[in-house]
Amino acid sequence: MTACSSPADGNEQIGQSDLTAALGERFRNEVSPIQAERGYVLTLSLIQTSSLPSLCRFLFWDLGCQFGGMIAEELSDHWCLHYTFLLPGSGWIDVLLSLPIGTTTVPSIVAEVNAVDWHEREVEDLFGIHFEGHPRLGDFILHDQIWREGIEPMRKSFPVSCELKRKLDLEWQPLLIVGDPGSFAMPVGPVYDGGLGESVHFLLETVGEDVIRAVPRLFYNYRAVEKLAEGRSVADVLLLAERFAATSAFAHSLAFCQAVEKIHTVEAPPRAAILRVLICELERLRHHAGAIAAICESTAFGVSTAHASIIEEELLRASCVLIGHRYLFGLNIPGGLSRDFESGEYQRLLLSVDKAEKDLSTLESRLRYSSSFLDRLEDVGVIGIDSARYLNLVGPIGRASAQHCDLRKACPYSGYEGYAFDVPCEKEGDGYARLRVLFAEATQSVRLIHQAIDALQPGAVRVPCGGSPGGAALGWAEAPRGAALHWLSLDEKGLVDRYHAITPSFSNWHGFHEAAEDFAFQDFPIILATFGLSATECDR
Amino acid sequence: MSFWFWHGLRSGIRTTHYPRRAEAALGVSPGCPVNTEFSSDGEAQTAAAICPVDAIVAHGKSAFVDQGKCVHCQRCRLSIPSPMNWDTGYEWSRLPAGQAESMTLPSAFSRSMHVMVVDAGDCGACLHEVKQLNNPLYNIHRLGFFFTATPRTADLLLVVGPVSENMRGPLLKTWEAMPATRRVMAVGSCAISGGVFGHSFICAGGVGSVLPVDFEVPGNPPPPLAILHGLLVATGRKSVVDTERVSERRS
Repeated sequence: MTACSSPADGNEQIGQSDLTAALGERFRNEVSPIQAERGYVLTLSLIQTSSLPSLCRFLFWDLGCQFGGMIAEELSDHWCLHYTFLLPGSGWIDVLLSLPIGTTTVPSIVAEVNAVDWHEREVEDLFGIHFEGHPRLGDFILHDQIWREGIEPMRKSFPVSCELKRKLDLEWQPLLIVGDPGSFAMPVGPVYDGGLGESVHFLLETVGEDVIRAVPRLFYNYRAVEKLAEGRSVADVLLLAERFAATSAFAHSLAFCQAVEKIHTVEAPPRAAILRVLICELERLRHHAGAIAAICESTAFGVSTAHASIIEEELLRASCVLIGHRYLFGLNIPGGLSRDFESGEYQRLLLSVDKAEKDLSTLESRLRYSSSFLDRLEDVGVIGIDSARYLNLVGPIGRASAQHCDLRKACPYSGYEGYAFDVPCEKEGDGYARLRVLFAEATQSVRLIHQAIDALQPGAVRVPCGGSPGGAALGWAEAPRGAALHWLSLDEKGLVDRYHAITPSFSNWHGFHEAAEDFAFQDFPIILATFGLSATECDR
Repeated sequence: MSFWFWHGLRSGIRTTHYPRRAEAALGVSPGCPVNTEFSSDGEAQTAAAICPVDAIVAHGKSAFVDQGKCVHCQRCRLSIPSPMNWDTGYEWSRLPAGQAESMTLPSAFSRSMHVMVVDAGDCGACLHEVKQLNNPLYNIHRLGFFFTATPRTADLLLVVGPVSENMRGPLLKTWEAMPATRRVMAVGSCAISGGVFGHSFICAGGVGSVLPVDFEVPGNPPPPLAILHGLLVATGRKSVVDTERVSERRS
């Protein structure tokens, strides 16, 4: 196990002024840099659409930025496309492309930054903007066999509560890629594994033993959370932000609350910031215990599954005792937390957390000597370091392929810069590397929980949050599965104008095929489990 | 590898004694707000006003909760001076509104019921709690309940989520593939009323608008024991709760 040094610690760090200078040299006549706030360190407003690909290539490949995501916004007379990049150690860069509302075609940058692929498909499906040069648009969120063409639900003119005339095209067939003689496609899902798997469909193409193409088809759980949010109050949308992906509810609600706090230029009080770190790490610990249980289960290793799932259930119970909810709903509010805890309460939590750590480390040491278990994970579902970079993988999956970006270090929030912890990294990129990262991160989370409890000082846990004349801001958090970005725009009445959540599962599902392809069929459930992705977190 | 067997034995039996005895461990249920009689009309109205999903209705001094709508946001517990009474139990299963008689499965199923689960737009919480039933701490096999991988052998369709448009088809296909003497159970407020997602162009707003629902397990999410209570109700081994009862506010 090696702890990767993040660029923020080393001498790789690029200062903001250096960045502006570097950009000025190359893109003097093409962008107008604006000093931005509300989550971004720099906004680069493009003067010509044609310089978008070269600027994005420069940021991603030459400067080594992470791609955060793409946010589309429909304003009264123009489109705003925000391409969000993270310069580790410095902050978020917003490449802003403004286009008149009549524009229907935008150049695709998928050849420059592959990670934009699904973002462009999403915007094409929901807003109807065509990305010229994208290899595969259509049939993404709105499945072609159900939805008629020309429905663009995220457009402002589309009413949220309309009744659509459904079409059900029974003749519809998915696009097959492998054309070799004898090849066939094996469909899995959306209801599979006795329904205990989340709704997602895989089309596994094969000529016999190995999976040649694995195409996940998602968005069965698409509930249009972002559309539902529009025109509603922040308090209502908080419920949605918390409930679209419950297994990482606290991280998502934190990212959302931070966006609201940035718009209103308030900061959560120090005690709330520390408690947020505490609960975030509790959630990560519980999530990782569950992910480990799922990996054990995928190899049909019953005893270890039982051990790991008991740890998870005990942490769910400990969360419930502390917060009053097993999935940590109802605690985060803009401006802090909805309630405070007494010292006895988090001391009791500490006992559960220490027990979980001890049990996890026992489990890890036993698994390490279980050769038949390791045989199923080692050299299975490999993602190389270059592929992980190309696909812009985030979270524990990225870190198992040496992508050390962790928002807690790369762009600290809620006071994470004040804690001592490592970001565990591996280089192999196989299933076992991903399992080791999960175990190591769980240990770091316990370390953070201890530090947070030691740092707690008496004080308020909430401040009033509101009253500003609207605006937009980006909030972020390192969710258990990786980087979560919540972009929020409020109108002058304080109602939500546009809300967009970029989730780690969305980023990583895009790269899942890379791991599943060229491995045998029987490895598929194991690869799926070592990825530990959530369909509902991706679908929103 | 033999050490696993030894460690497995050494852990002993950790399984809950429910339904023989109530489970006393802390944190098995988040609880839920219950019908409360306040000392004034104003307090009841405050409780009703703070609810973001209109699950609480004030009637005079009393505030009534529709568990099928409650999303466990805890605002009626944490954010008002006179909070609602909180039930810390987990026996919440009920019949759909307007259904007088329980559609309990025939006695042949009481110790052998096969359950098919469909995630119809769930946020992951309810599904995760359903999965916990396989956890040794709950171990539903001991009660004769099994998750099955195919609808052909399923007796009960357990649906979580508000039924998203893209899952409507797969849900109906699953139901149609089940043999007769089948029951449908809606688990979680989203499956009952649409929850925070409600009814929209993309959400059916609950399983009831797509399939005939026989049993409901409210909660957001209902904890594993509440879902287990639902399974016991479906086989006639437990009875549904009385949703009309009002308790005086405890101070």
